[in-house]
Amino acid sequence: MLRWLIGGGREPQGLAEKSPLQTIGEEQTQNPYTELLVLKAHHDIVRFLVQLDDYRFASAGDDGIVVVWNAQTGEKLLELNGHTQKITAIITFPSLESCEEKNQLILTASADRTVIVWDGDTTRQVQRISCFQSTVKCLTVLQRLDVWLSGGNDLCVWNRKLDLLCKTSHLSDTGISALVEIPKNCVVAAVGKELIIFRLVAPTEGSLEWDILEVKRLLDHQDNILSLINVNDLSFVTGSHIGELIIWDALDWTMQAYERNFWDPSPQLDTQQEIKLCQKSNDISIHHFTCDEENVFAAVGRGLYVYSLQMKRVIACQKTAHDSNVLHIARLPNRQLISCSEDGSVRIWELREKQQLAAEPVPTGFFNMWGFGRVNKQASQPVKKQQENATSCSLELIGDLIGHSSSVEMFLYFEDHGLVTCSADHLIILWKNGERESGLRSLRLFQKLEENGDLYLAV
Amino acid sequence: MISAPDVVAFTKEEEYEEEPYNEPALPEEYSVPLFPFASQGANPWSKLSGAKFSRDFILISEFSEQVGPQPLLTIPNDTKVFGTFDLNYFSLRIMSVDYQASFVGHPPGSAYPKLNFVEDSKVVLGDSKEGAFAYVHHLTLYDLEARGFVRPFCMAYISADQHKIMQQFQELSAEFSRASECLKTGNRKAFAGELEKKLKDLDYTRTVLHTETEIQKKANDKGFYSSQAIEKANELASVEKSIIEHQDLLKQIRSYPHRKLKGHDLCPGEMEHIQDQASQASTTSNPDESADTDLYTCRPAYTPKLIKAKSTKCFDKKLKTLEELCDTEYFTQTLAQLSHIEHMFRGDLCYLLTSQIDRALLKQQHITNFLFEDFVEVDDRMVEKQESIPSKPSQDRPPSSSLEECPIPKVLISVGSYKSSVESVLIKMEQELEDEEYKEVEVTELSSFDPQENLDYLDMDMKGSISSGESIEVLGTEKSTSVLSKSDSQASLTVPLSPQVVRSKAVSHRTISEDSIEVLSTCPSEALIPDDFKASYPSAINEEESYPDGNEGAIHFQASISPPELGETEEGSIENTPSQIDSSCCIGKESDGQLVLPSTPAHTHSDEDGVVSSPPQRHRQKDQGFRVDFSVENANPSSRDNSCEGFPTYELDPSHLLASRDISKTSLDNYSDTTSYVSSVASTSSDRIPSAYPAGLSSDRHKKRAGQNALKFIRQYPFAHPAIYSLLSGRTLVVLGEDEAIVRKLVTALAIFVPSYGCYAKPVKHWASSPLHIMDFQKWKLIGLQRVASPAGAGTLHALSRYSRYTSILDLDNKTLRCPLYRGTLVPRLADHRTQIKRGSTYYLHVQSMLTQLCSKAFLYTFCHHLHLPTHDKETEELVASRQMSFLKLTLGLVNEDVRVVQYLAELLKLHYMQESPGTSHPMLRFDYVPSFLYKI
Repeated sequence: MLRWLIGGGREPQGLAEKSPLQTIGEEQTQNPYTELLVLKAHHDIVRFLVQLDDYRFASAGDDGIVVVWNAQTGEKLLELNGHTQKITAIITFPSLESCEEKNQLILTASADRTVIVWDGDTTRQVQRISCFQSTVKCLTVLQRLDVWLSGGNDLCVWNRKLDLLCKTSHLSDTGISALVEIPKNCVVAAVGKELIIFRLVAPTEGSLEWDILEVKRLLDHQDNILSLINVNDLSFVTGSHIGELIIWDALDWTMQAYERNFWDPSPQLDTQQEIKLCQKSNDISIHHFTCDEENVFAAVGRGLYVYSLQMKRVIACQKTAHDSNVLHIARLPNRQLISCSEDGSVRIWELREKQQLAAEPVPTGFFNMWGFGRVNKQASQPVKKQQENATSCSLELIGDLIGHSSSVEMFLYFEDHGLVTCSADHLIILWKNGERESGLRSLRLFQKLEENGDLYLAV
Repeated sequence: MISAPDVVAFTKEEEYEEEPYNEPALPEEYSVPLFPFASQGANPWSKLSGAKFSRDFILISEFSEQVGPQPLLTIPNDTKVFGTFDLNYFSLRIMSVDYQASFVGHPPGSAYPKLNFVEDSKVVLGDSKEGAFAYVHHLTLYDLEARGFVRPFCMAYISADQHKIMQQFQELSAEFSRASECLKTGNRKAFAGELEKKLKDLDYTRTVLHTETEIQKKANDKGFYSSQAIEKANELASVEKSIIEHQDLLKQIRSYPHRKLKGHDLCPGEMEHIQDQASQASTTSNPDESADTDLYTCRPAYTPKLIKAKSTKCFDKKLKTLEELCDTEYFTQTLAQLSHIEHMFRGDLCYLLTSQIDRALLKQQHITNFLFEDFVEVDDRMVEKQESIPSKPSQDRPPSSSLEECPIPKVLISVGSYKSSVESVLIKMEQELEDEEYKEVEVTELSSFDPQENLDYLDMDMKGSISSGESIEVLGTEKSTSVLSKSDSQASLTVPLSPQVVRSKAVSHRTISEDSIEVLSTCPSEALIPDDFKASYPSAINEEESYPDGNEGAIHFQASISPPELGETEEGSIENTPSQIDSSCCIGKESDGQLVLPSTPAHTHSDEDGVVSSPPQRHRQKDQGFRVDFSVENANPSSRDNSCEGFPTYELDPSHLLASRDISKTSLDNYSDTTSYVSSVASTSSDRIPSAYPAGLSSDRHKKRAGQNALKFIRQYPFAHPAIYSLLSGRTLVVLGEDEAIVRKLVTALAIFVPSYGCYAKPVKHWASSPLHIMDFQKWKLIGLQRVASPAGAGTLHALSRYSRYTSILDLDNKTLRCPLYRGTLVPRLADHRTQIKRGSTYYLHVQSMLTQLCSKAFLYTFCHHLHLPTHDKETEELVASRQMSFLKLTLGLVNEDVRVVQYLAELLKLHYMQESPGTSHPMLRFDYVPSFLYKI
């Protein structure tokens, strides 16, 4: 593509050919996203997206503003100004069913060492908390107890009325990087290489005070823990900078499974030069997890791995799913996986049961004719190798979304409205299913006609 | 753009051949070039060969009391335009046909001179020898120094094309009235100022005389008055009288606006218009009043001087110029208006008519026309106009009829049946018939005065002109009532000229002289459309006979049309009657074409006679055919689609489909009910035909050039089709090149294929040099991109390749195109490289008409209810989708990728229709995951 544009000759040494990246080309019949809407309000990197309800979401980033959008129309609903520095965490505090106040709260933490609680329906600041010693890096809500926790260099517990209930002592200078609720009123915090389990003591007849106690420290990771999520009620999973994946029992905090061979060069790949690249630790750092009942999906460096909880092994992988680090992944209901990366693209994958007599996995379409064929052939190799590795599944690329010109930081999936991506190019893009949108527009058109009384012949 | 004038012109060819005149003998033609005016861009079919001027122009002349008729100025003020045409001679001609030529002065029975607020008269006349035809607009301006205080002027639109004058009569009349109104307003202001000055002078003179008399009285104690003293006393008396006279005059000129005001209440829009024209900053609703206050405030600086009591009519004195007569400001305004008129009616009649039809049709399809039409500003102007003008029509049109209704039929009638108007039919009209009719008229005449008297007056007039060798023939004189005449003693001059009489008389003279000045119409009432002059001549007379109360009715009728009429408000039911009369009259006019005869049976006989002697039936049938066709197309757009039969009928109903607040007004009733339809057409025709010129000269040139370059592109590049398909289907086309001029030229040319998002500019970026961004593809559908050879350019190219799925890339330097495959049939018709079309403007129109067709398909697709909504709950989306597809393919006849084009346009239509609801400023970017191919020459 680029080659003829540059107007050069037809030498096979194109730019794209160095990458073993699987490409899909322009014909993507399974890609439903045929409409996009660019939303522009931020003027710096947009890092966070959080869903507020069925049709609204909020975005936040380095410019310190929070913008509330309508996911259906792309309309900008609110702009929340208050922070002076970049936002480091955002979370919603859903209202309790019992509570009279139905207003949803949005909590944002910023590098200006404040946390602001916003009313999700107005631009009103409910309260601003600025008594922090350090930047709050993570926020979590324990809905059962109706409290929320902020994690910085220490861990604080707050109630809905924004009273500080209790706090831990200074934990570390690097601070808590991730915080997850686990059963039995416990939370697990990732602090550097360590996992610390805290137990929250709610007021009982004995004591009226809230308290937070450190219960256990888990020191099994060799390097900094980058990601931490709950798999289910019984287990949680952590991933570290050097590609260790550990699944923990959430009740007795023991290791259930350990996997750290993501960077292990398989012998077949020896000859290829990118193995050296793979040796770099950041190429196997685990940035993000997502999971379903059976599998844990891990974004490992540039690749995607599917780890079966049942078989306790990797069942499918794409070693180079993107040109650059994968930043966020999410599992869609229809066995699809979406990943976004620093290379500015979003890719849609489908987890397929591997057929034993699979034909040539990558279709070679027109692109051979236009000089893209070579790329495809190389790209198909890892897939084939994987087959030999006796993985029973494969991740098939079914589409990619190209729109951002810089790293895609995060995305959010709406069942009804499509996909929202945010990026370092200051933009948010709303990706929609064009056919469905067209139908919806027709529906609205006829609704409007009816409202205007034009739909039926006036008698 | 719906139709191309070129095409229309050629289809009318046989009718042009029929024209008896203007066909020079062949041998003479050998020696002279065929189109002597071709160099000026004249069309070969413009009938300029007989005329001595190269193109239409406007002449202002004056009947000077010192030197007689004289031309004052022409617009455009260029001697090349009128060439050897004898302006002096023509001025004489046009000034001699002002029938109302009412003078002021001391009418018998009145102590003081009376100002006569004369309505302008509008005359159409022709001079076949000179090859000149003119719309002449007479007006009188007040001048204190002139005889009778009036100075007759006239503005004439002179054209070599008689049909143009006749068919554009309404528009000409409306536009010239505006110009005239401007002049007169300025003149009243200036005249009042004159009077003020004069009064001051007189006052001063009186004071001086008074003191002198006193001094003389004191000095003279002999007990008798010296002759000197008597003289002084006489002088004083005459000054006193003069003061009273002038005060009365001032009162009269001031009272004018108040009388006018009654009319103006009905047309505040026009008031504003005039005010705008005069650029007056006053907030009062009355420009004259404000002018008066102006006078009061700024005149004190004037130092009165001693004058002679008796105003002498000094012939040696230089008369005021037109500019002095009117305020300079108003004068320049008028000139601007006149040059606007000149601009507006420039060009071939065919072109004017087609563009009028075009605009009228465009207004009807306002849901889709934003897509490819680009004269939005004209639409705005038209809307403004419609808002500001409704003055006159609002009086005379039936209240139920809406302004938005199609004026097309009227125009079409003119195109079709108008051809053989005056000379071909009327001259052949039998004398007996006319006489007979004339007698009928006489019998039905209910007026109190003796018609014979009028006839005598007319006859005298005729005789005069016949004896001069070149007879003036009056074909129609509709009313020349002056405002005061009805109540004043001058009535005998003007009022009795009942149109019927004049007209029938005129026709009887018709056969006598062929070659002369022919006054084709004198028609101050704007509701009398030129249809009057067409073949249905006797029926036109008949229709006026059918007034229940003859002449009285006629006066009512005319009064209702000119709002500033004084007398009309005194008549109680005036507001109701005119509309009825008018509508019935209009039905009568159209009746022979429509086969609807609402007139009483007593008159059907003559009506049929009229049919016999009216133009060849062919024309009429043609009209009817077209009309039927029209109504089919409009009233039931899908009735021709046989495959639609299965659908429930209500879904295909037009008012159901024409879904919009405005269009819903044109309910089915208006289309099916011929009576109300016709009447509304006839009565509101004057302003429904938008008089604004479609677009300025520059935009015309722009279109032409764009069309030419598009044509060139199509011929030059074999892959023009996929490129145009990209534009039509909303895929951004990037035109890549090093040379800015070339890229810009091509982008401008290709822009004609780009559908707009809304009523704003087209989504076209002519030249970009920075790397493209995703936002650009959302915003622009056609981009000219600079190719930079330096490493900096690599970024641009990299971005382009990254976003290649959203774009088609036309590389001008390498002559390649990278875009999806196109296998439809639509674009080949739109852009056939073997097309016979040579001219850019023609091609532009061809494209526009094709795209309009496409729009109508998109409209149908968008607004077909059952296509988009499931008919029952259980219906799956796939079923709906397959129904849509079969509609697109089978009903609309779209092939392969053409479907995408219509789907894209449909999305734009939906978005546009819902735009009022809060949404995003830019529509979303729609795209398909389809492979692209590289095309090379």
